[in-house]
Amino acid sequence: MDQTTIFVAAVLAAAAPLIFATMGETLTERAGVVNLSLDGTILMGAMIAFAVALNTQSVLLGFGAAALTGALIALVLCFLSLSLRQSQTAVGFVLALLCTELSSFLGAPFVRVPGPAVPFLPVPGLANLPVIGPILFRHDLAIYTSFLLVPLVGWLLFQTRAGLTLRALGERPQAAYARGVPVVPMRYLVTVAGGALVGMAGAVYSLDLKQGWSYRHTFGAGWIALAIVIFGGWRPWRVALGCYLFAALEIMALRMQSVLSGLPTQVFQVAPFALMIAVLVLVNLAGSTHMSRRIGDLPPSLRRPAQALVDRLAAPAPAALGQPFERP
Amino acid sequence: MQVSVHNLSKSFGSVRANDRLTLRFEAGKIHGVLGENGAGKSTLMKLVAGFLRPDEGVIRFDGRDAALRGPGDALRAGVGMIHQDPLDLPAFTALENLLCATPRSAIASWAEGRRLLVELAGRLGFTVEPEMPVARLSIGQRQQLEIIRLLARGARVLILDEPTTGITAEQTRALFAALRQLAAAGNTVLFVSHKLEEVAALCDTVCVLRAGRLVGEQMGMPVPQAVLLGLMFDTAVAAVRGAEAPPAGDGGTLEPPVTRPVAGEVVWRLEGVTAREGAVTLRNLNLEVPAGRVLGLAGLDGSGQQLLLRLLAGHARPDTGRVLVGSTDLTGAGSRAYRAAGIEYLPADRLAEGVIGALSLSDHFALQQTGRLVDRRQAERAAREAIAAYGIKATPVTPINALSGGNQQRAMLALVPPRCRGLACEQPTRGLDVASARTIWHSLLARRADGCAIVFASADLDELIEYSDEVLVFFAGQISPPLPRAQLSVARLGELIGGVGFAEGGTT
Repeated sequence: MDQTTIFVAAVLAAAAPLIFATMGETLTERAGVVNLSLDGTILMGAMIAFAVALNTQSVLLGFGAAALTGALIALVLCFLSLSLRQSQTAVGFVLALLCTELSSFLGAPFVRVPGPAVPFLPVPGLANLPVIGPILFRHDLAIYTSFLLVPLVGWLLFQTRAGLTLRALGERPQAAYARGVPVVPMRYLVTVAGGALVGMAGAVYSLDLKQGWSYRHTFGAGWIALAIVIFGGWRPWRVALGCYLFAALEIMALRMQSVLSGLPTQVFQVAPFALMIAVLVLVNLAGSTHMSRRIGDLPPSLRRPAQALVDRLAAPAPAALGQPFERP
Repeated sequence: MQVSVHNLSKSFGSVRANDRLTLRFEAGKIHGVLGENGAGKSTLMKLVAGFLRPDEGVIRFDGRDAALRGPGDALRAGVGMIHQDPLDLPAFTALENLLCATPRSAIASWAEGRRLLVELAGRLGFTVEPEMPVARLSIGQRQQLEIIRLLARGARVLILDEPTTGITAEQTRALFAALRQLAAAGNTVLFVSHKLEEVAALCDTVCVLRAGRLVGEQMGMPVPQAVLLGLMFDTAVAAVRGAEAPPAGDGGTLEPPVTRPVAGEVVWRLEGVTAREGAVTLRNLNLEVPAGRVLGLAGLDGSGQQLLLRLLAGHARPDTGRVLVGSTDLTGAGSRAYRAAGIEYLPADRLAEGVIGALSLSDHFALQQTGRLVDRRQAERAAREAIAAYGIKATPVTPINALSGGNQQRAMLALVPPRCRGLACEQPTRGLDVASARTIWHSLLARRADGCAIVFASADLDELIEYSDEVLVFFAGQISPPLPRAQLSVARLGELIGGVGFAEGGTT
């Protein structure tokens, strides 16, 4: 196996928890709800998954418990923001902080205890294919699931009737209501399901990629995931690309540390964020009215391809993102 | 399907939007529902379509009681509503809009949806195609899409709320043809409008609402326009009142001075102004407002009066033409330049655009100071003077949003600097009781006596006739010539506002 293959395989694996978290958040935000509690939810998911798996010696139960934890935290967010009409931002933020501290407190007995992990499971036959074998088929079930999750969410959002309804909740809940959709219950459902995925992201850390539990085990992952969802324009494929890009930069930063010892490692740690901000600005510029005016000024032969490019790049947020729904 | 309502009432706060309405709309007909702004038409329609729940009374579909918990229930019963601003999803394509939340029993697959969309559009003469993004459609096309969607879902009753606002004459024709076709096929169409001529052209029956009450029982068309106008604007009552008492009698002490102050200098001059805002376009407008003149702007909401006021105050810019204040050309200048030239704007939405709710009157005077530091004492003195002069019920430190509407309006007037030469007011007495309205006009007329020109828009015909020297009537962006006060009556104004006498084809 050459270096590149190993690198690509490592990136695909390292991005798995981010994929779980971002896909959950993409669904949630497409339905118009911002779940800002991601970082805390992932920590709680990781801690609970490890604790349950350790006590039951069942990795599967660990994942189930993590999903349940994520769903429960999302339910609290829903109740406070959708039913009691408090600010989604404030509630989510407080939940993130609360869950972070709670995970440290409740997880204290499990710090640096060895425990079970997701078993390595190369796909029989396919794993021996040249190049793609080691890249795609020599992982474990959690990582295979992350591969399937992206097309699954994409298909759900853009190819199914249910996806249309889900997106309508985030674009214009009044229009969904006019069509007879129970807006608030549906938003509950999607947010809780999305929260379950986010909780499982924690399990992917503690039972797979970063096995075990320690103080603030996954700290920061949730905030990165939130940024990647925006960077990806709420489109699953682009969001996934963001996850892989981020994982690649992280791994490179680790390796470069020894190669470019003169450069401070912080440069590499910060690079993904700087890159993300640059892309965000570009994406938002492409969708602005200023840009459409500029395109109008172009000669007619260039106008159409330029418009097509901008349409492809522009990734507007769901129009009703974060907005409460008021019955007329 | 027959739709009937019995004793239907709905209140918002202290306003009875619908007051014990009993009506029946037969199947296979187009029913016009007429009334001026705020008559309760939209409330009635939203009740029938399940968007609102009645306080009392029942709605029956084909004689069966319908307890509607939401628009979904109405849709399942076969009743669909097309809102003035279509409730669709701009981020979706036309096909996605059609399929969104439409049950599988109505449209089984995407392919069937596409076929149905093309077929219905062809049959009704509509110009919507499946892959068009809704954000790029015109309002008329979005309406067409909503009609197609409701029909595809199996709606047999279509409710259209002011559907011809903001659509082209061509689209209006297509819409009317489609509605006639649908009615002929046995569907029930409820057509809500304030445009008399459209109701006359389209509807089989008509009923008239005023102030939440049914004032014109369902009548078979044609009904003479004069009768409908009389019902809409209550001119019969006005005429009776005028005959019994001399018009100046109840005017009392605040009757405006009939003699005009020296009309010399021109405050505003518009030369060939064309401007556009939202769905309204004003074309090639020439206007002169001399000092000491009160010019009233009549017309239904959104017919162009607001745009003219905003043009006069520098809040909107003309596409072509020139705007002069005095002899200075201020075309394209910002509102700051207009204010420097002595022009003030009093918006209808006081708390959104006029005053800052959380600040007190003396804070507002402090905002007008030019120095770097706030002179509290001067601000408070100015506030006290204003409170005394305008009879505002407040202390200098009461936050403005704690005041009543009338006192807020007075405060806004008090903030107009004394050197003001031109005042553009949007509905200066909206929502005020009679006494407050009189005080406001007292202050406005005092300004006029000082030589200030006043241009105001109002929905109250009596107010327009009582206080204007001249009135301009707006209808869908078209403007009548200035009508001197002597030539005005409530009935005549009502006709003009309803579009009678305006040339056809200008409703783009």
